[in-house]
Amino acid sequence: MESVTSVNVHCLILQPVVDSVTDFTWLIGGPQGSGVESAAVIFSQICAKAGYFVFGKREFHSNIKGEHSYFAVRLSDKMIRSSSSGVSLMVSYDAETIFRHYSTITKGGAIIYDSDLNHIKAEDVSTLDKYYFKRMCADLDNDHPTVEDVLRKVADNDVVAYPVSFKELLADMAESHNNPRLRVMKRMYNVMGVSLAAGLIQLPKELLIDAVRGVFAKKRVIADLNADAATHSYNVASNTMTSTPFTLHAIEKTPNLMLVQGHLGTSLGKLAAGCRFQSYYPITPASDESVYLEANGTLPNDTGQSDAVVVVQTEDEISAIGMMIGAALTGVRSSTSTSGPGFSLMAEALGWAGINEVPVVLTLYQRSGPSTGLPTRHGQDDLLFAVFAGHGEFPRIVYASGDIEESFYDTCSCFNYSDVYQLPVIHMMDKFLSSTTMTCPAFDPSKVTINRGKLLDGVEGEYKRFQLGGDGISPRSYLGLKDGIFWNTGDESDEVGHITEDPVVRQMMMDKRLDRLDLILQQVPDAEQAVSHATGEYTIISWGSTKGPILDALEMLQQEGITVGFVQIKMLHPFPTECVQRLLNGARVIIDVESNQTAQMGKLFAQNLNIPINHYILKYTGRAMTCEEIRDSLLDIIHGTSPKRRILMHGA
Amino acid sequence: MALKVADYKTGVHNDWCPGCGDFGIVNALQMSLAEMGIERDRTAIFSGVGCSGKTVHFVNTYGIHTLHGRVLPFAQGAKVANPDLTVVAVGGDGDGLGIGAGHFVAAGRRDIDFTYIVFDNGVYGLTKGQASPTLKLWEQPKSLPKPNINYNVNPIGLAITSGYTFVARAYSYDIRHLKSMIMQAIAHKGTSFLAVLQPCPTYNDINTRDWYAGLDMEDAVSRHSRIYKLEDTGYDPVVHYASESEMDEKLSQALIRSLDWGDKIPTGIFYKNETISTFSQRIQTNIPNYPENPPSRQSISKDGKPTVDISNIVQSMLIS
Repeated sequence: MESVTSVNVHCLILQPVVDSVTDFTWLIGGPQGSGVESAAVIFSQICAKAGYFVFGKREFHSNIKGEHSYFAVRLSDKMIRSSSSGVSLMVSYDAETIFRHYSTITKGGAIIYDSDLNHIKAEDVSTLDKYYFKRMCADLDNDHPTVEDVLRKVADNDVVAYPVSFKELLADMAESHNNPRLRVMKRMYNVMGVSLAAGLIQLPKELLIDAVRGVFAKKRVIADLNADAATHSYNVASNTMTSTPFTLHAIEKTPNLMLVQGHLGTSLGKLAAGCRFQSYYPITPASDESVYLEANGTLPNDTGQSDAVVVVQTEDEISAIGMMIGAALTGVRSSTSTSGPGFSLMAEALGWAGINEVPVVLTLYQRSGPSTGLPTRHGQDDLLFAVFAGHGEFPRIVYASGDIEESFYDTCSCFNYSDVYQLPVIHMMDKFLSSTTMTCPAFDPSKVTINRGKLLDGVEGEYKRFQLGGDGISPRSYLGLKDGIFWNTGDESDEVGHITEDPVVRQMMMDKRLDRLDLILQQVPDAEQAVSHATGEYTIISWGSTKGPILDALEMLQQEGITVGFVQIKMLHPFPTECVQRLLNGARVIIDVESNQTAQMGKLFAQNLNIPINHYILKYTGRAMTCEEIRDSLLDIIHGTSPKRRILMHGA
Repeated sequence: MALKVADYKTGVHNDWCPGCGDFGIVNALQMSLAEMGIERDRTAIFSGVGCSGKTVHFVNTYGIHTLHGRVLPFAQGAKVANPDLTVVAVGGDGDGLGIGAGHFVAAGRRDIDFTYIVFDNGVYGLTKGQASPTLKLWEQPKSLPKPNINYNVNPIGLAITSGYTFVARAYSYDIRHLKSMIMQAIAHKGTSFLAVLQPCPTYNDINTRDWYAGLDMEDAVSRHSRIYKLEDTGYDPVVHYASESEMDEKLSQALIRSLDWGDKIPTGIFYKNETISTFSQRIQTNIPNYPENPPSRQSISKDGKPTVDISNIVQSMLIS
């Protein structure tokens, strides 16, 4: 299959998304541990409170301190759901950020940087890897580039540079506050950076100070120091940085929006859905959810008491899934959250839950594999594994959420599916979703329903856990229920749960378990199986977190008068063949968009539907797709200039 | 009506080999549950995989036959979610100390209130007699093509150093003593580990019933059973008060006893400590009402709607 990739660092040709709207991306970078994330939280909060829609994405290395991390915050006065390829304003208090991201600054953009870095040579930045170094040297046509060289290069692209000596800024502050300690407070560079940016673009100062105080709320002294630094830096920027290319005044707020972090969709979904047991083993990017549940899992209930989710950190993922299943057998809604390597260890026990019809929800925050892969980077490469994990044949649901808002409601649906159909549900999430901070409509807990299916609250007469007949789903007792005794075994069993190797019983039990896959497709509403966001001659099929960049790309094309269809498949297994077929009615050219190398969903699609896939847009660099990448790829397809397989490469 | 031993038996055909030590264990377990009057539907027995894994099918309580090596995670998850259950986990020595050794150590650290019984016969019976983790170096039971070249695990020693708060050994042909050990293990507050020496008549032709009885000893006059009871020697396994020196002393003596083998094999309680907090008490530091309102007692919905209110959390994230 023909394949095209582009790895040149300066291949971006960026246009303003739409002239009439604000579409602005701010980037801050620095060594891990230097407060990049705090700065981004501050910036996101100011922008959200100033009335803008915000989409922030964090990128980081598998490292605790020292390696490069960055946060790009995009904002707009209309709904946005993805990152942009370009950066409008960059803040860098270290040289590496300048070296790594200069080429993404858009024409007419700006950079605020520490002028003390001017003479730093790229070859002296130890964390700048040789592969990127080589590409950068080629781009700059210079084997020994310095920060100054890079800045000269971006000046050719009409980028305005605002040099600020961070050291002098600290000295000024120390003097004006009569506090010599400030002189060495390099730890405040992050807050100074974000404050200079806020001052330059004229975001409201009081929002900045509120946000800074909020981030350091636990330490009063630190909060005071940082608030002073913020005020001082903001004033310096607004007084001395002239001819600013952009201003972002406060605008009217959209009601009922919240600023939410990626993992909170599934975390709060679990609390609302009644998940009361979660076992987990630490792994990026899944652990945030479990840590949140442990810290915030006690909630008031309708009797004025409190209910709480018990979170157990286990010795490994095998134990995590085993404990989850054990807890689920007591009738408690139980879950675990993991990523690819952990899920690999869970495969055997997944089959045990399958053969014993145990309702459990396994939240799978994918990252790039195989093996340890890119442990802190994005990927959608575990779909086929989720569909096929475990030996033997057993029923499961594999379900994927497209964004954070969806993931809240979907988490609740997943628990209902697991209870109603008595099977394990694998809820597909990923690193892109987990490391996103965005504005989205507030979760509405009143929309959550709980359906426990055939869970019993009492037993009369003889009880058989795996009673045959009816729709194949038997009334479910649980450990401790009076007169509800049953047996479970990983062996094939009879209706009571005792081991049998009888061929006839075996055949009946296999059918009993697997027939429910058809039932699921009959009973789950179409809108929960697949969603058509737009119809068109050219139609995208995709799943999971590509939804945001696809929708943003479609809006951009719409502005140019081009309509492209999009069917988002949420139920990946059992595959909703009929539903997808209906939604694709009228589509002539099918384009599969996924963040993996082998077009895994496309393979499921091809297994189930007799419709050819004409194009693939794939990305497996470990970085999420941007809306421009998808827009440009779609335009190439429409213009007949695209290869069958387009590989996306943007992102540091 | 008082429960009888027969009430704890199922009609499931038992396919263990004639003379298997496992029979003694399942009988003693049924007798213990009956004698303690533990309600059948308040009891859950979990097992691993192997001959011992079938145990749950012979006992008329909730019975969960899990995966090879994974009995402890399943059992602990159930007990934490529903602390009202009496939970007993059973499994072979290969299951618990080979494939499941990581879980064995981690369970000791938690000290959840349940009982773990290991059926220790030195071989993997169901797969035709390969060496298990408790088989001694250079021993060669009849199915091994060559002598065993791995050193053995010391189950009692491993349990003691992993934090188990009740550590005991019994012999499957001394049912009275075994029953007493099981009852004390179940009554103990915390994780109880009971290793049961259980001859495999089919594959272990070294540690046989006759061998334990000392019938192989050459000198007929001094010939004696290899098994003796620690309690008959005045041994005191109990940590009487919460001090480091008391604990260290009891741990050390238990560890030394755990090394005994050969002509004198101790059974009985090696170590017992109820002075340290159980897992349930530790959970309470985060969730104060855990004992009254554990996960299993929470009714999560009413008329199809959640009974907890997360609106405060959502409110706190609203952009104001």
